[in-house]
Amino acid sequence: MSDLIDDIIERHVNIDRDGLIPLLQEIQSSQGFLSEDAIIRIGASMDLPTSKIYGVATFYDQFRFEPKGKVHFQICHGTSCHINHSIRILQELERLLKIKPGQTTRDGMFSVDATSCMGACSLSSVIKVNDTYFHDVSPADLKEIIEKYKSNPLNA
Amino acid sequence: METVTTPAKEIVDYLLHRKYGGTQPAMEEQLSRLRRDKVDHPVIYVGMGTCGIVAGAEYTLYAVKNYLNEKDIDAEVVEVGCIGLCAHEPVVDVQLPGKRRLAFSRVKAEMVENLLDNILNYELPAYAVLGQYAHPNQEVWDGVEALGNLPFFRLQNRLVLKHCGVIDPASLEEYLAHGGYSALERVLLNYAPSKVCDIVEDSGLRGRGGGGFNTGRKWKMALTATDTERYLVCNGDESDPGAFMDRAIVEGDPHRLIEGLAIAAYAINSTKAYIYIRAEYAVAVKRLRHALSQATQAGILGYNIMNSGFNLNIQVREGAGAFVCGEETALISSIEGKRGMPGPKPPFPTTRGLFGRPTVVNNVETLANIPPIIENGPDWFAGFGTEKSKGTKVFALAGNITNTGLVEVNMGTTLKTLVYTIGGGIKNGKQLKAIQFGGPSGSCLPEQSLNVSIDYESLAEAGTIMGSGGLVVMDEGTCMVDIVKFFTDFLQKASCGKCIPCREGSRRLHEILENITKRPMNESGHETLERFKGVLQLENLAAVMRDTSLCGLGQTAPNPLLSALKYFREEFEEHIFDRKCRAGVCKDLRMFSIDVEKCTGCTICARKCPTLAIIGAPRTPHFIIEDKCIGCGICFEVCKFVAVIIK
Amino acid sequence: MNFPIEVNVTTIVARRGETILEALERNGIKVPTLCHMPGLNPTGSCRMCVVEVEGKPNLITACSYPVEEWMKIKTHSPRVVNARKTNVELLLSNHPDDCLYCERNGNCELQLFAAQLNVRERRFIGKKNKYKTDPSGSSIVRDPAKCIVCGRCVRTCDEIVGVCTLGFIGRGNQTIIGPSFNKQLNLSSCIACGQCIMACPTGALHEKRHSDHLQNALHHHKTHVVAQYSSTVAISLGEEFNLKPGREINGILNAALRKAGFDKVFDTTFGADLYLVQLAAEFEERLNEGGVLPLFSSDCPAWIKYVEQWHSEMIPHLSRCKSPQQMLGSIINRYYADTYHIKTEDLYTVSAMPCTAKKFEAQREQLTHKGISDVDAVLTTRELAQFIKLNGIELPQNDTELADYPFHVRSSAGKLMSLAGGQTEALIRTLYFRLTGKELKQPKIMAMRLNRDYKEVKIKMGKHLLGFAAINSIVTAHRVIEEIKAGRDDLHFIEVMVCPGGCINGGGQPMIKVPNALKIRQKALYELDEKDPITAAHKNPGVIGLYNDFLISPNSALARELLLTTYKKREVPL
Repeated sequence: MSDLIDDIIERHVNIDRDGLIPLLQEIQSSQGFLSEDAIIRIGASMDLPTSKIYGVATFYDQFRFEPKGKVHFQICHGTSCHINHSIRILQELERLLKIKPGQTTRDGMFSVDATSCMGACSLSSVIKVNDTYFHDVSPADLKEIIEKYKSNPLNA
Repeated sequence: METVTTPAKEIVDYLLHRKYGGTQPAMEEQLSRLRRDKVDHPVIYVGMGTCGIVAGAEYTLYAVKNYLNEKDIDAEVVEVGCIGLCAHEPVVDVQLPGKRRLAFSRVKAEMVENLLDNILNYELPAYAVLGQYAHPNQEVWDGVEALGNLPFFRLQNRLVLKHCGVIDPASLEEYLAHGGYSALERVLLNYAPSKVCDIVEDSGLRGRGGGGFNTGRKWKMALTATDTERYLVCNGDESDPGAFMDRAIVEGDPHRLIEGLAIAAYAINSTKAYIYIRAEYAVAVKRLRHALSQATQAGILGYNIMNSGFNLNIQVREGAGAFVCGEETALISSIEGKRGMPGPKPPFPTTRGLFGRPTVVNNVETLANIPPIIENGPDWFAGFGTEKSKGTKVFALAGNITNTGLVEVNMGTTLKTLVYTIGGGIKNGKQLKAIQFGGPSGSCLPEQSLNVSIDYESLAEAGTIMGSGGLVVMDEGTCMVDIVKFFTDFLQKASCGKCIPCREGSRRLHEILENITKRPMNESGHETLERFKGVLQLENLAAVMRDTSLCGLGQTAPNPLLSALKYFREEFEEHIFDRKCRAGVCKDLRMFSIDVEKCTGCTICARKCPTLAIIGAPRTPHFIIEDKCIGCGICFEVCKFVAVIIK
Repeated sequence: MNFPIEVNVTTIVARRGETILEALERNGIKVPTLCHMPGLNPTGSCRMCVVEVEGKPNLITACSYPVEEWMKIKTHSPRVVNARKTNVELLLSNHPDDCLYCERNGNCELQLFAAQLNVRERRFIGKKNKYKTDPSGSSIVRDPAKCIVCGRCVRTCDEIVGVCTLGFIGRGNQTIIGPSFNKQLNLSSCIACGQCIMACPTGALHEKRHSDHLQNALHHHKTHVVAQYSSTVAISLGEEFNLKPGREINGILNAALRKAGFDKVFDTTFGADLYLVQLAAEFEERLNEGGVLPLFSSDCPAWIKYVEQWHSEMIPHLSRCKSPQQMLGSIINRYYADTYHIKTEDLYTVSAMPCTAKKFEAQREQLTHKGISDVDAVLTTRELAQFIKLNGIELPQNDTELADYPFHVRSSAGKLMSLAGGQTEALIRTLYFRLTGKELKQPKIMAMRLNRDYKEVKIKMGKHLLGFAAINSIVTAHRVIEEIKAGRDDLHFIEVMVCPGGCINGGGQPMIKVPNALKIRQKALYELDEKDPITAAHKNPGVIGLYNDFLISPNSALARELLLTTYKKREVPL
């Protein structure tokens, strides 16, 4: 796992400050989150204080600091989805999984994020589970979706 | 199925020399084939924009390919972008040899077999037919409406969206065959940068990101700034909830954006450009990167483009998710690898922007407008629209509207046309209540505003902004207090936290609204009063936020509230004074009553009521004393006879 | 080029290129600021300096907007005042209402603005961010609940000090300021210099108090309480009592501390002289025996921590001399206590320093015996002022008294240690004597008195041409270290001070109320150097006596045991 981080940093060696965010994005997409260790190593490689890197990373919604669950729920929170009660979907999911957005269940199975508009407003409410979209979702549908993924997390 | 295609590089070379070297029949035929003027096998187009994918287009595509494989049919499958009819996704088009291209609506995977069985045998299915494309040399399908005659398309003027959903966004050759990059060629070989600025200035094109500044003039400012290097930045950080036109353009016609960007870069003498696009738009990012590498390989980008001596390097930066990065100075910070916090203006980016150099930041739609302006001249463009707002504007229709989707209309079109004629009116026959215009910083307009013409000036007069073009239609089931609360919540989370009025003000604004929709449970009278004190501060708070915030986000953050207060004041007053939500959205304000018919007088509700608000003798119907009721809903939950109802 | 602009009802002269704020301030019109830091680029984050400019739809910030000819400015119109007031109220709506319990009560910029703008009721009530205070640091306490996110500490840590420990974390109203990963300060790269405290307008950052036990110790019959105070304290404490800035109050302070109950009052400047003599000896030894050069100064604990964290490979360059505070502490513990038959456990040593990092230093593992420090409590100048007030002592009314024997005599060279460049100047005087046996003809080294963050002088001493550099910035120090690693060899001694200007601008100093206070403090010390009969550390008869009676020589085993220390690499997220 750490070697992967080193590989990525290696590929970005000698980058300027403006290459920081792409680097963070690449590490996150490889690791699922940004670990302290990764940030410290980026800092050493780029000669940038970790406080700055952490400050940049915490500014943007995209970055997570906890490992993602095997099954990652993203609930769209755009206007259209709001009108179609996306907040209830989020609340129901929080209730079912007992975690809040940004968190991961203790067994590492599920994680939840509320994301900004996914741009599929005409089909709201939209949620994305790993790489699969579900549209016109209602809170009642969630149990089934969760069960489906519980038995086979990688199943789309 | 195999199609022999000439590499893009050769097509580019051919097109460059056609003027002098004359036409070559073989190449012309190749271009015609790329335009699919004539096909010798069926072509099946699947709309693979994000909205299509969300609606299941991937499964449809899979089903189509499976079908063709199983039946061993020689047909071409093309993945196209979004044609704009989101409500009809997944949209599948079929073009049979000799015949015009047909569009079908809501083709789910399970419908594919039946549909293709029919249509591949030249039989029109009885369902799902949307319409047919126009083409002079192809045979008309009888009894099928032309797409252009559909109400949704009839009043549109698709300049920017011309290719979206029509051509294969992954094929540079197709874009070239449709006349792509000829504007860039013309500019590079014939015009000086200042001339390009002049053309765009004369066309009257204004920034489509919301600001509405004359694009050509902005370019001139950067061009005339003294520095050795300049940057062009394309702002594709479209984060307004309810807006998705930039996404559709990048997904459906990425080369159009690249062409516009290259022309703009040339016009300001910049050799390095950035496209900042939201990372959430995974499909768009993929297609954009693909298109960029195609263009570079074909010699359209990179070193010495088309032998003109002009170099351009375009980099893609994925926005990591911060609404405030739509603001240009914040966007610039973000590209520099910093926290996306806006900076004070002046200095404006055209003087000191990215890496301290003169920088032009243009929105995706603005840049996509450039190629046709160059092609057809400024006067042609200025022929559309109104006196001061020229051209067209793309809108994303969302919310409780029948035809959700993406439309492009001339400036000056009325809201009514947009919502009722093109948008098909309100879903499920409900009543229109409000139109949320211009994203979270925009306004909620009431039904009376339907006659407002869509142009920068009229909208400003109506108290809203053009914004980026999100238009969310709301029916009577929407609570205005709730919707304003949603926007203030969005903005308080989106605030970068740098300046005090926005950071603290947006949160207090949101809290005041929350208090309006909250029920005073377990609270003494004094605390209730304290809670409502905020209401008295609303207008002052809004004025100070508008007056003193650092960037547009904070300055416009009170807009939804102020506009809603202006047009829907009585609804706010109902919430405050009558503690009532007419749309029934604000849960806390529910009032309960007991259905005398159903109540058996079991007394359980009276016993459970925390405020002793329910009275009644055993075995006789009970009553709720409204003044005492705190709306906790316990009676509703405990009643076994469904006698407690929500008023 | 000058041109007139209209402000309120009058006309003022503005200069092209300056900001509205600069033009106003030059003309005696004050607009409030919170995030503004003179000399640094404006960020425009606090919006306190907004003014109304005719023709502009919104209010604009004076700190960032350049003046233009056409401007008609209103600095205190009702609209402007209301905007400022509302913004202050918004800040207060997320601020603990506990001014009475706050470190900065009476000395807080937010409090001051609230009073000036006549904030008299809580108009905005809502949720406040809940944060715990972080008392983990040995010197600095962080109280994020009181932070108004003006960013001054972040910019100080980054742009002035150059260690970048503090940074913004998160976004929007959840933004807080803290070290990397929002960890505790003791686990961070903080070097404890305390400049962030000086930058903070509120009580969100303050020093860790050491004065709480002091009162008990003073009134405990068995405890023998000894004070030592830095020369910088003597020069700046008066400001806290509205005395003329730059007035040296050694004598008054001695009397005051005795009144407060201290058994003995010593002058840390004695320790400084001792340090200089030891340092010169160490230098000579390294020079003659081919030891590691250049030698780095070791009196600034923030600098030491910086080296241990960022450049542990340079530890051999650090002088092994303890700082003046710790040298005097050791000598008090071993020599003074033995001579006067005081049991170590009954001895309580308090030092008063202009510095927050000295609190950290006193707790360094290498400077404690069996977990007990040579110095039991380190007070900042501010804490000392408060302590004196607590004990009801009216400072100016005291007669002057001498410090206590045997550590009462000091040279003006020791005093120069408070200034950036002063240590080098003082060292040169002693070193020259040590290497040549002669006194320097021109003891004033003017090159070291410039206001620059890098100063260099080359002096021939005997057969050696020696290079001395005084560095007053971590960023410059980093640069020079890289040069040395790359082979630069013309420097032999390098003094590094973290706080801009030296200890006179330390993180424990009085919050500056008088303009130019720094310059006045600096001038006062140089004037003392003119008048003082003893101007070199090696001429201090007390120090000479201490070597004769006790230490024998700087190279003796006893001197090494008591006056030298060691360093080790620290692992923190940088």
